Amino acid sequence: MKEQLERLRAAALAEITESGDLSALEAVRVKFLGKKGEITGILKQMGKLTPEERPVMGQLANAVRQAVEEAVENAADALKEKQKALRLESETLDVTMPGTPAAIGHRHPLSIVLDEVKDIFIGMGFQIADGPEVEWDYYNFEALNIPEGHPARDTQDTFYITEKMLLRTQTSGCQIRYMEGHKPPIRMIAPGRVFRSDPVDATHSPLFHQIEGLVVDKGVTMADLKGNLLTLAKKLYGEDTQIRLRPHHFPFTEPSCEIDVSCFRCRGKGCPMCKNEGWIEILGAGMVHPKVLERGGIDPEVYSGFAFGLGVERLAMFRFNVDDMRLFYENDARFLKQF
Amino acid sequence: MDLSRRWLQDYVDIEGVSDKEFADKITLSGSKVESYAKEGEELRNIVVGQVLTLERHPDSDHMWVTDVNVGKEAPIQIVTGAQNLTVGDYVPVALDHSVVHGGKEIVAGKLRGVESNGMLCSLAELGLTAHDFPYAIEDGIFMLGNDCDKTPGKDIRDAIGLNDTVTEFEITPNRPDCLSVIGLARETAVTFGKTLKLPDARYETKGENVRDYLHDVTIHAPDKCYRYAGAVVKNVRIKPSPKWVRERLRASGVRPINNIVDITNFVMLEYGQPMHAFDLRFLEGGVVNVRNAAEGEHITTLDGEDRALSPEMLVIADAAKPVAVAGIMGGEYSGIMDDTATVVFESACFNGVSVRKTAKKLGMRTESSGRYEKGLDSDGCRRSLDRALSLIALLDAGDVVDGVIDVYPAPKQQTVLDFCPDWVNGFIGIDVSADEQKRILEALDFEVKDGKIYVPSFRGDVEHKADISEEVARFYGFDKIGTRDLSGAAAGGFNEAQKFENLIVKTCMALGMSEVATYSFVSPKVYDKICLPENSPYRENIVISNPLGEDTSVMRTTALPSMLDVVARNYNNRNLKESFFEIAKVYNPRGTEELPYEQLTLVLAEYGEGTSYYTLKGKVEALLAAAGVNEYDVLPMKTAASYHPGRTALITTDGRELAILGEVHPDVLENYDIGTRVYAAQIDFDLLYEIGNTVRTYKRLPRFPALTRDLAFVCDKSLPVLTIEKLMKKAIGEILEHIELFDVYEGVQVGPFKKSVAFSLTLRGKDRTLTDEEANAAVSRAVNAAAAVGAILRA
Repeated sequence: MKEQLERLRAAALAEITESGDLSALEAVRVKFLGKKGEITGILKQMGKLTPEERPVMGQLANAVRQAVEEAVENAADALKEKQKALRLESETLDVTMPGTPAAIGHRHPLSIVLDEVKDIFIGMGFQIADGPEVEWDYYNFEALNIPEGHPARDTQDTFYITEKMLLRTQTSGCQIRYMEGHKPPIRMIAPGRVFRSDPVDATHSPLFHQIEGLVVDKGVTMADLKGNLLTLAKKLYGEDTQIRLRPHHFPFTEPSCEIDVSCFRCRGKGCPMCKNEGWIEILGAGMVHPKVLERGGIDPEVYSGFAFGLGVERLAMFRFNVDDMRLFYENDARFLKQF
Repeated sequence: MDLSRRWLQDYVDIEGVSDKEFADKITLSGSKVESYAKEGEELRNIVVGQVLTLERHPDSDHMWVTDVNVGKEAPIQIVTGAQNLTVGDYVPVALDHSVVHGGKEIVAGKLRGVESNGMLCSLAELGLTAHDFPYAIEDGIFMLGNDCDKTPGKDIRDAIGLNDTVTEFEITPNRPDCLSVIGLARETAVTFGKTLKLPDARYETKGENVRDYLHDVTIHAPDKCYRYAGAVVKNVRIKPSPKWVRERLRASGVRPINNIVDITNFVMLEYGQPMHAFDLRFLEGGVVNVRNAAEGEHITTLDGEDRALSPEMLVIADAAKPVAVAGIMGGEYSGIMDDTATVVFESACFNGVSVRKTAKKLGMRTESSGRYEKGLDSDGCRRSLDRALSLIALLDAGDVVDGVIDVYPAPKQQTVLDFCPDWVNGFIGIDVSADEQKRILEALDFEVKDGKIYVPSFRGDVEHKADISEEVARFYGFDKIGTRDLSGAAAGGFNEAQKFENLIVKTCMALGMSEVATYSFVSPKVYDKICLPENSPYRENIVISNPLGEDTSVMRTTALPSMLDVVARNYNNRNLKESFFEIAKVYNPRGTEELPYEQLTLVLAEYGEGTSYYTLKGKVEALLAAAGVNEYDVLPMKTAASYHPGRTALITTDGRELAILGEVHPDVLENYDIGTRVYAAQIDFDLLYEIGNTVRTYKRLPRFPALTRDLAFVCDKSLPVLTIEKLMKKAIGEILEHIELFDVYEGVQVGPFKKSVAFSLTLRGKDRTLTDEEANAAVSRAVNAAAAVGAILRA
């Protein structure tokens, strides 16, 4: 019996080693260790042995069974590992192939710049206001100190609907509308579309966007105007940006100025972008004319304020190095997707 | 406004200030320089030469060989084809490697075998005309006259005075006084701390009386003519002006003509006051009537055009007829001719608005009208007239008759303001002493006395203490004003509507759509292009009375055409598959007494491979979900003219139309030349905001297991799936957590005109685990409900 067991062990181990896959291995296991297996069969014959032989042979038989069981387990593990390796190998992809395209929506470049400016002013406690695009002559001109016949009306070629109704030529009317509805302190910007009868070319469009700004409080001075707009310039173009105020004329501010920023391309040294001046004009501003405050229902003897306006297209052209304003309104996807 | 540096120097001494420094400083004190350029800048290496010898070219019958003294040790030999030379003439010589007008380079060479070391120049080769040097001929060599420096070898520009600097200013409309040399000289003087020297306007008369010639001047329309001053010059001696007048005019961009015309232009440039000179011969009755034109009256203006006048136009008339359109242009016989003997000089002030309206209506803007439009100083008329008469005497252009007829019905009131230096300091945020403020104002010709400021008549723009603050601030220096940050906290930020808009924009982008920006105005033809019926209310729109062109002549009432334009352009540019959105304004008219309702609409469009009605609908559903709009109805829409009748839906909430979405009608696509299917949606953004709900609160995640049941029905093909879904929802009640359509099948298996639709139901109890019995009961309620509309459970 002993020889029989040893022979079975050797045979089982040999067959386990030879089994190439899990099902063959299972067949081997059943053949030796199953209910009707050969080793199981030997164990069933234990009863026939003498009481002296039984413990010796029992020990031996158990050892053989254990050894075979262990071998089966090890062989199974090895086979599983091998299979996994094969599967991973077979699943190899060309990882350099392009991914499945995922659609990304793009924000219009004018909106990007507008959002940026809004963000800067919100950070300084401003609210965002709005006004109608089809506007009364009163808000667009009269209330802003530009009465009928004023030469400033000529510089803004106006689209008229009726004698009294027009397409606003500037967002400045929002100043009056905002003051009518709000008492100081006021900090607001009013972005929006404006219209002027300029034929379309690379730098003109009959429709463009402005951002109006208004601050009214007690004791507001031109130093506040300078500080506030210097902050805007630095946020837009970097901490080392400088501004320069040039006296100018707007009927609704006094004093008025145009504001240049130090050229953000050459840092003021002179380059084609700033036409070798080192400065680029980006803003018009001024102290709100006392008559305009009055029309907004605010006492100019108690309050003062400053106002400013900037052109969004101009900012966007600088920001993105766009040399033709028409691109903004053509909406070619090849253009839009660059932003 | 082109300013001659030479002329400026006559009135304020800024010798030694470079052109750049002048431009920079005057810009920062408020007179903006656009550019500046030196006259004759392109000329190189051209000098004065004297012709020493003149001999025929041995091989040519029309060329000459000359030796020219150009200030060097030895004369140089030049071959020329000119026929107007004589020995001893002083001429411009372009030396070897020189550049003449137009950028042409001259180099030494041989002409028919004879060495030529340069070229003798004509006026044209210096960029000049006979207007600049009336004694010279244009088709020969320019022979320098006695008004030129004849030192051989001298740079020709310095020798003939072609060496001025012209500075171009952008003058703002509030400062018509700066459209003059004197005005800018005043600004210059204050900017550089110099004294302003005004020209001498005294002159001697030759007796008689102005009324012997000009019998009377009458202003019939004092609302349009504030002042009319007239003087007479007799024995007019028409000749060219001297060089100093000609070169100042040239630098200012005005062509010299003759002394009388030049004087009117000179004074206009100097003082900003347009002048006119009438030939007395053509002034019938010897009178001037400043009056409105009569109905049906005509005038032939100096430019030879016949102009029909209308009664609101102001004219200068004699006893019988108009001789000039006031402030704009003279009549054809009003001008100065070679045989003009007696001249009436006009210096008048007309109402700017009236001049502008007339100029616009007649379509003739002139230098003169441009100045009147800005509002001129009526007090300045007399001073300018005196200056003109003094120039007559100085140039010996005629004999000034004694006296001036000066009609000034209502002299201007001087503006007087309080002198309040403390207020100015507080308003600007500076600390400038009262004395310094006074100094600045006085330098600008304001009078400061006893706490009052007396504003000079030419500063019509100054009428408030804020205007005074600007004068102080700009000469104190805007750059010296400090900077201060806004102080105090303020409640800034987006309001609810703005936040909602931001949310929708972000959602659109997350859904893969790109934002577009389109014009608010469109062509009225777009309504036909999108196939709207004749009686469509969308055709009622705001019309621009003075549009640039038909394409941009009405304010849109629908943004669909704008979006289709974008799609068409992209399709034509071979962008194969795109998805766009715009939150666009449309303008719904409300009559002439009320502004239009400016409504926001969200427009979506997509086209290209992989897009369909359902991809667009998925985006619309996602947007509605993002807006917090979960309760809405979807109805097939067969009558929207711009859309495919079988592939369009209307989305409503509480009976209000929220959105229309569908495939764009093939007829519309044809009108836009789009060769692919396009899916579009128009969502009423204002309504979306009104019903939207962006408040989010946490709902506890389910604690009890769900049961799922799949049901497939066979029904008529035309039965909307949504109908079955709604009935099942209602029949099952609150334990129906979710219902999802997962299959639709049409074909032989289900028979003709039928379809199979399969739903997956998720059932869950809020407070308990559902039993199979409960679930089965719910399912049979659903099946019965579906059966009511003919949807039969598939076996």
